[in-house]
Amino acid sequence: MFIIDCPWCGTRDQSEFTTHGEAHITRPEDPETLDDAEWAQYVFYRNNVKGWYRERWVHSSGCGRWFNLLRNTASDAIAASYRPEDPLPPLPEDSY
Amino acid sequence: MQRSEQGGHIDRNTPISFRFNGHNYTGFDGDTLASALLANGVQLVGRSFKYHRPRGIMTNGPEEPNGMVQLETGAYSQPNILATMLPLYEGLEAKSQNCWPNVHFDLLSINQLFSALLPAGFYYKTFMWPKDWWLWYEKWIRRSAGLGVASKLPDPDHYCHVHEHTDLLIIGGGAAGLTAALAAGRLGAKIVLADERNAMGGSLLNEPSADVADSEIAVQIDGLSPKEWRDQTLAELQAMPNVRLLPATTITHYGHQNHLVGAQRIDEKQKPSGQRLRQILWRFRAKQVILATGAIERGPVFGNNDRPGIMTSGSLRGYINHYGLDAGRNVALFTNNDSAYRTALDLLRIGSTVQIIDYRSSTDSPDARLALQRGAIIQMNAAVTNCSGGARIREVHSHQLNPDDTLDKKSKRTVSADILAVSSGWTPTVHLWSQAKGTLRFREDIQGYVPDTISCAALAAGSCNGDNTLSQCLQSGHQTGIEAAKRLGLSGAEPTLATIHAPSDQHEQIVKPLFIVPAAQDKAKRFVDVQNDSTAAGIALARREGFRSVELVKRYTTTGMGTDQGKLGNMNAIGILADIAGKPIPEVGITTYRPPFTPLSFGALGGASRKGLYEQIRPTPIHHWHVDHGAIFEDVGDWKRARYYPQAGEDMYQAVQRESLAVRTTCGIFDGSTLGKIDLQGPDCVKLLNMLYTNAWDKLPVGRCRYGIMLNEHGMIFDDGVTSRLDTHHYHMTTTTGGAASVLGWIEEMLQTEWRDWQVHATSVTDHWAVVALNGPKARDILQSVTDTAIDAETLPFMAYTEANIAGIPARIFRISFTGEIAFEINVPARYGLALWQALMVAGKEYGITPYGTETMHLLRAEKGFIIVGQDTDGTVTPDDAGLDWLVSKKKPDFLGKRSLRRSDSARSGRKQLVGLTTNDGKTVLPEGTHIIETATANPPMQTLGHVTSSYYSPVLDYPIAMAVLRNGRARMGETVYAVNPADNSSTAMTVCDPVFYDKEGGKARG
Amino acid sequence: MTRPLPRAGKKPPQKYSIFSLARQAMQGHQGWQAAWRSPEPQPEYDVIIVGGGGHGLATAYYLAKETNVGRIAVLEKGWLAGGNTARNTTIIRSNYLCDESARLYGHAHDLWEGLSQDLNYNVMFSPRGVIMLSHNVHDQQVAARHYHALNLNGIDSTLLSAEEVKEKVPLINIHGRYPVLGGLYQARAGNARHDAVAWGYARAADQMGVDIIENCPVEDFVIENGVVKGVQTPKGVIRAGKVGVVAAGHSSVLAEMAGFRMPLESVPLQAFVSEPIKPCFDTVVMSNSVHIYMSQSDKGELVIGAGSDNYVSYTQRGSFDLFDHAVQPLLELYPFVARLRMLRQWAGIVDVTRDRSPIITKTPIENLFFNCGWGTGGFKATPGSGHVFAHSIAKGEMHDIAAPFGMDRFSTGALIDEAAAAAVMH
Repeated sequence: MFIIDCPWCGTRDQSEFTTHGEAHITRPEDPETLDDAEWAQYVFYRNNVKGWYRERWVHSSGCGRWFNLLRNTASDAIAASYRPEDPLPPLPEDSY
Repeated sequence: MQRSEQGGHIDRNTPISFRFNGHNYTGFDGDTLASALLANGVQLVGRSFKYHRPRGIMTNGPEEPNGMVQLETGAYSQPNILATMLPLYEGLEAKSQNCWPNVHFDLLSINQLFSALLPAGFYYKTFMWPKDWWLWYEKWIRRSAGLGVASKLPDPDHYCHVHEHTDLLIIGGGAAGLTAALAAGRLGAKIVLADERNAMGGSLLNEPSADVADSEIAVQIDGLSPKEWRDQTLAELQAMPNVRLLPATTITHYGHQNHLVGAQRIDEKQKPSGQRLRQILWRFRAKQVILATGAIERGPVFGNNDRPGIMTSGSLRGYINHYGLDAGRNVALFTNNDSAYRTALDLLRIGSTVQIIDYRSSTDSPDARLALQRGAIIQMNAAVTNCSGGARIREVHSHQLNPDDTLDKKSKRTVSADILAVSSGWTPTVHLWSQAKGTLRFREDIQGYVPDTISCAALAAGSCNGDNTLSQCLQSGHQTGIEAAKRLGLSGAEPTLATIHAPSDQHEQIVKPLFIVPAAQDKAKRFVDVQNDSTAAGIALARREGFRSVELVKRYTTTGMGTDQGKLGNMNAIGILADIAGKPIPEVGITTYRPPFTPLSFGALGGASRKGLYEQIRPTPIHHWHVDHGAIFEDVGDWKRARYYPQAGEDMYQAVQRESLAVRTTCGIFDGSTLGKIDLQGPDCVKLLNMLYTNAWDKLPVGRCRYGIMLNEHGMIFDDGVTSRLDTHHYHMTTTTGGAASVLGWIEEMLQTEWRDWQVHATSVTDHWAVVALNGPKARDILQSVTDTAIDAETLPFMAYTEANIAGIPARIFRISFTGEIAFEINVPARYGLALWQALMVAGKEYGITPYGTETMHLLRAEKGFIIVGQDTDGTVTPDDAGLDWLVSKKKPDFLGKRSLRRSDSARSGRKQLVGLTTNDGKTVLPEGTHIIETATANPPMQTLGHVTSSYYSPVLDYPIAMAVLRNGRARMGETVYAVNPADNSSTAMTVCDPVFYDKEGGKARG
Repeated sequence: MTRPLPRAGKKPPQKYSIFSLARQAMQGHQGWQAAWRSPEPQPEYDVIIVGGGGHGLATAYYLAKETNVGRIAVLEKGWLAGGNTARNTTIIRSNYLCDESARLYGHAHDLWEGLSQDLNYNVMFSPRGVIMLSHNVHDQQVAARHYHALNLNGIDSTLLSAEEVKEKVPLINIHGRYPVLGGLYQARAGNARHDAVAWGYARAADQMGVDIIENCPVEDFVIENGVVKGVQTPKGVIRAGKVGVVAAGHSSVLAEMAGFRMPLESVPLQAFVSEPIKPCFDTVVMSNSVHIYMSQSDKGELVIGAGSDNYVSYTQRGSFDLFDHAVQPLLELYPFVARLRMLRQWAGIVDVTRDRSPIITKTPIENLFFNCGWGTGGFKATPGSGHVFAHSIAKGEMHDIAAPFGMDRFSTGALIDEAAAAAVMH
């Protein structure tokens, strides 16, 4: 079970959080201009990376705020947590 | 074995009586069940898993493969309890398991005769004929497997969880753990020291007590005997406010970021009664962890190495020195290292005749010299190859080794022995390190894996880190304690370590690799995993059959898969595999260490969440009224909702018929408090609603309500409800009962991540408001009688909202209807919910006001063709499928899910569409879920048109009604279709119709 | 026949039976052949299957047995069947709601019933019955819908009352926090010995000449002009006419190598077993509402499955919290378990699709096929999945039963939504 650093509340146990998967998937500006396959990429397709991954978490049993984690899916190491408006923290050098 | 006159750390003044296999015995306080049984001469304790061979106690620790008992009876009965870990208590009752009729005469030991037919994995090769007989074979296989018996009764005991944050968690209270705790504790670290034993001290307790110790060789720490030093150290730690000692606590899990879990057994020395807390599950977050988990001594693999009377050397030493046992007249020792000579000296001290078979060609151990002087017979360069005896060992056979370590076949030697102590090295207990994804490295000098690297804040000390003498353990614990304190940022004068006097530790320890002794000319079974009856032949067979990976060999032979999880045998299996493959051990690899370290009580894992404390129910503010008036409830999520209110003699059907007629003719009252409610405020509410719902919200005036459906991005209906405009920038949204949390979650996610500049606040107010719905022709009369606010049809028309004071309670009234009747949904602060309900019941009495539950609500809305999300839709239904295309704005440029509606499959014609169905016979009410076909005869497998989503007998119409989703349904109006009864594939003729059955024009609700 | 050497292809394969066991017993079991060889890879194959789990091995077996594709290899990055095949709770059933699923899992179920004989390897398929519990009205509605749909799809099922559930499972508590109102029962369903399935397929495939190569991870695909031509491995490039990827949790990683994405997320799924006890639990019981699945293995362990964590992870380690929350309903439903102890706990990596149905598909790369997305329920489909995938690869066109499971469904919207029907809100 991770310890997650909520950018608003500080470090808390994972049990206080929920995730909705990959972060930085922006809803298309004008969906009507997309073809079915492009729209499907937004709705269903994910990078599902083995390695450093940016994902969206919410402090659901806490402040209720959404934020992003930079976490390594191959080791579960967490490199950074940041608010949606923050600049992207860089990927750590080590691959795992 | 028997109890000696003196020595040991048991309390000879406190006798304890217990029963084993129906016989009464006596032990002493401080005994384990195992030591007490051995003291009473009980050697045979159980039968093995597969061959039902007689088995005795082999160790004195958690690695014990055989010494398992069925503890206690009735609801307190527990299978597979390790006698070696169980403190003796007054009245303890235990028996052997996996044997019938008893441990001395076990019918299934007949398996031994057929053992040639039962090699590793034999069951994969047979039992395939006749084809359908596997279930029959399996029944017998299951019966002979399985060890102990589960109590069929609910566990009467109590458990709880404790969460603890600490600077430093030290696991293991032996020599290294104690010096680590002392050092770090003196430097001020907040420490928890956990040890799996009731009595901390680890191997310190295996040293002779002061009264019997031999001054020439005795270990002294600060001038004290190990036991005395241990007592003094524990007292010092106990007195430190920053140290918490947790005896009888096994840490079983090591997870992410130093999250460790273990169970503490409380009051183990009392017979279980259900009156006390039995176990605590500790969940730690530690800044630093020190593993001082010790090492487990293993014995080598040789012929009949499972006989009762064979014991690991250190364990035998423990039984002598810790529990004050006499070992027996003749003891043989088989070793490849020096530690066994400590045992030899203790044996000599208590008067045993000692034969030592040493696998090595030489040793410079001072203990060995002394043992020789004191009369031990030492046979160097030799190996035990077999032993004989039945229910207990009698003779030990050995051979001399040739220079290439093969057997000198002519050199067979036999000695008689009551006990054979074995030692082929110590396996560091690296389970937790490995669980935490730490890496291991193989150390040739100790022939074992030790901790290498780890990414979390953990250190290892003592014999789990490869230290193989007491002095080293004490020293490395001390150093590691200081290191942990440093890592914690604690400074201060470095504490000093006790002075250690351990004469026999001062020479180079030599371990000669030994996992399996070459077979002599006999066919004796050579066990690798004693508990699972996995043999060296089995491992060789697996290898021969192509199972190359150590993981595959484990699975094929079941090596290491018993309750001990291979603590004794796995290293031997790896050694044997390396031998067969001709590879060095590190290239063979090791199997994964999985949690828990030792079996962990499910009761402790469940904690207090049992016996009515599992998942609190969510009652409405009016719940107790429903209870008092005989309501039958249904679970919806965590809510309890009143389903119907049966009167005397009524079943559900009758109650629902009565309740729904009352709504249609006078007035019904309904508790709608579970409805999801979200308060929306801010200038961008309209923008938000326009994105969430499929219809347009720009023109909804203040004081008006509107129904809407929400789609997920996949274009399917996922929630619906009415949202009302309370003020210019203030809306009250309702959702389904089950959808409340996810709708709010979604709104928040979109607002915080996608539309971050939109100014809307969304707040869940589900629990803030109690909702009482009045429905029926008399609803207005009743409501008007308790309020001064005008609620006539002109002032408060259909789909309008007003604030009012009802029976003295400030309320919000929404004129919305889920029944098709004149209806008011009255929201009051939750604490007034019951008062409002009662006031309305009083006011409505003369009209015959009737409480109705969810079942009637479902019937009434079905008469109107209103969908219930989750019942008439299932996540595959588009607005058009549900007949709600009119709710989808054609003008809005975008809303959630809009784009998906255009996809080829979502937009195609002929999809399943919501329609009504009536039964042609006018009587039959179809079960919900019934499937519909085109033809009168059902011949499965066949295509279905769709299924019935809702079905009731309508009392107001006096015929059955149903809603269904049918392929191309709306084009089938008036067609006859058939509903299939799976019991006999008979069918019922139905007619497809409009799903609105009652008051199609909708005039009643507007009235 | 008695030489313990790997056979050279021409030697007749050994047959397993009580007679061969007895014969071998007389010679100390020295004469058993390797169940499969450990060959070095050839430079080229007609078909390479990437992934030596149950599905991959089954695919290779049916390719060799029922098609004429030529030379076949299975490449496994670790040890045979060391992924989800070795980690699942072994439940086999075919009572799926959607017609497409009913056909796929029904096809698998039919193959299970003769599998031990077909493979000459006892996979211990044990049709002891599976009950799926209903805890509320909505569950009952869903169960009833299944019952009716299954009947028309020709798949056996029965609705049980709470009392009938109790009769079949005497140790269940039907009056708990979420009471048992009934169950959907499939008598033909049950479980099997997971390892044996993979080993049986491996042995049978090997006997027909399939090269099974362990410790051979695929590091890249060789793609020329949009057509797959082989794979890059530590043992060098192995060329292939067609490549079928059956890599479960690692499917996305392999897809990325080939230059496209999959609609998948790989999440940890945990399972655990109790210590072995004498038989006391004869059927397989599943509760979708509280996410607990339990059966008793032939060894006597209670085998328990729980829900999956919802974060992506390839570590084969789940969160303690999820596990903790699985034990609570377990004890509520089966109070006797509280006095037992957990022996072992582990996690697999399951590749989950949005509609909880698998993906059996062609890909943007010609001659490259993927079979993935089985999520938490792949074991039961092993024979069917392998069978339809083998025929799809051989023909170059998706098998009739597999066709609806293509990845294009995520573009057209024609999802096969088992999740929607079972787990919607109410």
